Amino acid sequence: MESVKETLTGPIFKNNPIALQILGICSALAVTSSLQVTLVMCVALTVVTAFSGLFVSVIRNHIPGSIRIIVQMVIIASLVIVVDQFLKAYAYAISKQLSVFVGLIITNCIVMGRAEAFAMKNPPMASFIDGVGNGLGYSVVLIVVAVIRELFGAGKLMGFEILPLVTDGGWYNPNGLLLLPPSAFFLIGLFIWALRSFHKEQEEAPDFKLAKHTPVQEGA
Amino acid sequence: MSSNDSIKKTLIVAFSLCIVCSVIVSTAAVLLKPTQEINKTLDRKRNILAAAGMLQEGVSVEDQFAQVTTRVVDLRTGTFSDTVDPEKFDQRKAAKDPAESMALSAAQDQAKISRRENYALVYLVEDGQGDIDKIILPIHGYGLWSTLYGFIALEADGNTVAGLGFYEHGETPGLGGEVDNPRWKAVWPGKEVYRDDEVAIGLIKGAVDPSNASAAWQIDGLAGATLTARGVTNLVQFWLGENGFEPFLNNLKSGEV
Repeated sequence: MESVKETLTGPIFKNNPIALQILGICSALAVTSSLQVTLVMCVALTVVTAFSGLFVSVIRNHIPGSIRIIVQMVIIASLVIVVDQFLKAYAYAISKQLSVFVGLIITNCIVMGRAEAFAMKNPPMASFIDGVGNGLGYSVVLIVVAVIRELFGAGKLMGFEILPLVTDGGWYNPNGLLLLPPSAFFLIGLFIWALRSFHKEQEEAPDFKLAKHTPVQEGA
Repeated sequence: MSSNDSIKKTLIVAFSLCIVCSVIVSTAAVLLKPTQEINKTLDRKRNILAAAGMLQEGVSVEDQFAQVTTRVVDLRTGTFSDTVDPEKFDQRKAAKDPAESMALSAAQDQAKISRRENYALVYLVEDGQGDIDKIILPIHGYGLWSTLYGFIALEADGNTVAGLGFYEHGETPGLGGEVDNPRWKAVWPGKEVYRDDEVAIGLIKGAVDPSNASAAWQIDGLAGATLTARGVTNLVQFWLGENGFEPFLNNLKSGEV
């Protein structure tokens, strides 16, 4: 049994859900073009991961093995709908920008992954904290990506102008690629590279090795 | 633990979980519905005001909207209609409903919307004396990737543009998405729509040369977004043309509504 602190902070760098487990990439690409939207998405995902962990763990001893994935899905889906309803009621402008991506938290592999891998085997409190920790791990990557994308793609942070754009009479010519989803791929890739340079143990063993080149043997 | 996998236990768990979850979900949906409805209306009103260039920060949207009257226009005749309740009328839904819209032929369908609704909501901004000060018209049409939804505001003469704004679109950020740029939107006010009774307003390539004789009908193009710009021209021309609001605007000018 890991300590509470370990459960909470482990997923941030040591066992990051995006960087090490490579889960939840889809939403990381889609919602990171603006920091404000990203923050709301991070909170939403953290809440869902934490509470789905809690509830799955509470009833883990009664979940029949044959329908356990469905049971987890029902719990996660219900939570996501509730979160979506709250956003529509209290953060309407942002929920409009997030549109389908709140709903897609249901299919976010991080939530499913933690419910299946952790909450099914651990007590409720630990599962809750594990959910919060993984939510934070997800948030760290998203926030880093969003800061870079919004600052250099739109010259703004949280909607406030930092670098005055050429189109607005300033000097900064924005990099339009950063506002498009593919740029998040590069940024996440670079983030993973940086992380694995610090935590060497995260490097994966190569799947195959290039064999030594041998010259064709004549007449063989 | 084997008892967990019996058919009876499986059914009980599945059933009770569904009950609990549906109760939670429906409670949240029902309790939050009123707040969401308020948000939706506020959002729509804010967009309308923003298009008319009347939105002021710090003043409640409801107060600012008090001087706006919502009316329903029958686009077939160009007159006001009282058969539809403006509070309940969903214009987007109507545009898809064959009973409430008409199919556009390829020649008519400049804005690439394939059907046009029979009724449209218009918003009349009144000055203190009860005269019309501005007319705000809903417009939509296809750009490069997406349908753009917005409003165009005209001055009381039904010819001078007072403002334009889109509240929903999926154009490329930084290129077509520049339709949201306040500097570009600021080009619209003061431009004229009709020239010899033909819709003449449109986007051109590059910036407008003010010494040009046609400058009053020309809008700066969007750099790197030729197709979005073409879409915006088409949808503005369609909605201010004979299949859009032109009959209504003519009636309004001659006082026959």
